[in-house]
Amino acid sequence: MTRLRSKAAPYLLALPAWLWLGIFFVVPIIGLLWMSLMTGNIITGFTPTFNVAVYPEVVTTYWEQILRSLGYGLAATLLCIAVGYPVAYWIAFHGGAHKSTYLLLVLLPFFVTQVLRTISWKFLLADNGLVLGPFKAIGLLPEDARVLSTAVAVVFGLAYNFLPFMIMPIYAVLEQVDHRVVEAAYDLYASRFHAFVHVILPLSLPGVFAGVLLVFVPSSADYVSASVLGGTNNTMIGNIIHSQYLVNNAYPTAAAITFVLMAVLLIGIFSYARALGTERVMEVQAG
Amino acid sequence: MRKTRRPTITPAQLRGLTQARYSRRDTLRFAGLSAAALALAGCGVEGQGQQAPASENFWADKKSNGQLRFANWPLYMDPEKPELKQFTETTGIEVEYSESIQDMPSWFGEIQPLLANGDDIGADLMVLTSGQELNKLIALGHLAPLDHDQLLNFAEFAGDTYKMSAYDYGNRYTVPYASGITGIAYDPERVGREITSLKDLWDPEFEGRVGMFRDPQEIANFGLLYNGVDPADSTPEDWKAAADALKKQRDDGIVRAYYEQDYVQPLTNGDIWMTMAWSGDIFQVNAEEGTNLKFVIPEEGATLWTDNMTIPITAQNPVDALMLMNFFYNPDIAASLAEYINYICPVPHAQEVLRDKAEELSGEEKQALEDLADSPLVFPTQSDYAKLHNYVPLDVEAGEDEEFNSTFQAITQA
Repeated sequence: MTRLRSKAAPYLLALPAWLWLGIFFVVPIIGLLWMSLMTGNIITGFTPTFNVAVYPEVVTTYWEQILRSLGYGLAATLLCIAVGYPVAYWIAFHGGAHKSTYLLLVLLPFFVTQVLRTISWKFLLADNGLVLGPFKAIGLLPEDARVLSTAVAVVFGLAYNFLPFMIMPIYAVLEQVDHRVVEAAYDLYASRFHAFVHVILPLSLPGVFAGVLLVFVPSSADYVSASVLGGTNNTMIGNIIHSQYLVNNAYPTAAAITFVLMAVLLIGIFSYARALGTERVMEVQAG
Repeated sequence: MRKTRRPTITPAQLRGLTQARYSRRDTLRFAGLSAAALALAGCGVEGQGQQAPASENFWADKKSNGQLRFANWPLYMDPEKPELKQFTETTGIEVEYSESIQDMPSWFGEIQPLLANGDDIGADLMVLTSGQELNKLIALGHLAPLDHDQLLNFAEFAGDTYKMSAYDYGNRYTVPYASGITGIAYDPERVGREITSLKDLWDPEFEGRVGMFRDPQEIANFGLLYNGVDPADSTPEDWKAAADALKKQRDDGIVRAYYEQDYVQPLTNGDIWMTMAWSGDIFQVNAEEGTNLKFVIPEEGATLWTDNMTIPITAQNPVDALMLMNFFYNPDIAASLAEYINYICPVPHAQEVLRDKAEELSGEEKQALEDLADSPLVFPTQSDYAKLHNYVPLDVEAGEDEEFNSTFQAITQA
């Protein structure tokens, strides 16, 4: 009896999580798939007609926005690595006694809603705002230079919003790097640069891997940045889903685009995991 | 008088409308992806295309309950609610007031599933903007047919324009709460000349300095009027032509971005120099930030939208709701509302009330009230009305809105 209970314990403990996923993810996902195959409109009602044609339709109509979303997501992810890695490195190795304070600072923006944070960027990036204004004043930028309502603004907005998702996992991994390993590298006459490239960087890759997933997926599907910071021809696929659902009440179309996006992201992630050799990465982490 | 609200307002500023309450496309609220839930509720999703019951049938067994729940937009009534207090004094009916409507798509997404199930939505009276969502709610039979025998003030005092609207001719389901104008706002210093025409929005001189609205109904009207087409008579061919004009405007780089209710700040910042705008926002920003923006109704015409009082079919206290509707059409009450709201008042008689009231006052207060009464943006003249158009009337039952929306979203959401 006791043995049975102890065997079942982990499963029982995991049960709430499974129920949660089952009820709030699997069930809606199946419903969404079912929805995507219906035809009709909100007045006449939607009937299941197994209208698979909706998939090629949304792909031909919205491939541009889908590709753009992936491109913006990728750019934002790279930006997050470039900005977030040094921050995580610095906190992990030079944060000293105040590590938790620095981490709190990293998370601080999350205490303000994403919408407000993004809107405040409009103010910062305005043509004569805090960022561009001074450069224009001293003549480093032409008078009509602009960032707001461009792809650059959207990508920076995305990177800003998801940056903590990159810093946190990288930090978590760097924090665990055994300093004796680094010292060993120095003992073997590695320069600081070589110690970083050959020891610290490989050890931190699992964190980067996790960070890339956490940043790339939500930023590719984001709709706030593009609608607030974008201009003409900066629409992301999230904006399309949003307006198909809420403005047009075209639920099947919205559902179909959601699945296309999900499929594209999953394919992207799996090929990325394969290319990077997740197993090896996991081994490193375990080891 | 709302002395506290605007102590130092100039007449020019007061003339117009106030607040940025018109957050009708608050993109940022994704009101729960309930499609899945809908889909699972049955094999298909039932259409509710039946009409609401005839007025007599609906009202036959209804009686006043002495209470009422009123869902409105933010900043659409004096926070002290003097009008509601007066209503309670006269009728004994208690009103629970909430500012739960932020934008039409989200509100529609919130109440539609409930109404489809015949459930109470927590409101007996709600204010809905003329537009696709309102059309859909009417077509779905989700709104109670109004009993005009109980709306005698409306019959007597409502302006004629508001009895002949394209979206609900004869006011079967709606009576207006307030109206507003979508026109052009611009910064005279940057633009450097007077703006009078929609053509100015296509002028290459303002490349990258023009803002347009993202809402399909709003931008469609401007495209159609630019082409000289009356939105009320427009055909799908006209929509395509309008979309072509708007596409050219975009591809020529004239449009900086397509905005929702977030266009005011770029205009005051100078990111854009002129933009489609809701009159009220512009006058408010002038009053609050001391800017000198101008608002014009272009000579080719502009958009008149109306926020309407409606009763959901599942209302628990429909008779009380009807009584409040009627109460708001009392010219004294309408005048009192207009003083705060400063959008177009659907009761022309309220103008007289305001003038009379101004007579009894003196100094600044008198001036302020007179300016309000004289403002063409609160009490438009017949010639003003002649230039104002409703949104394109769409037959949502025939699915016209799909073609319409995709035509214009292809411009704004490229």
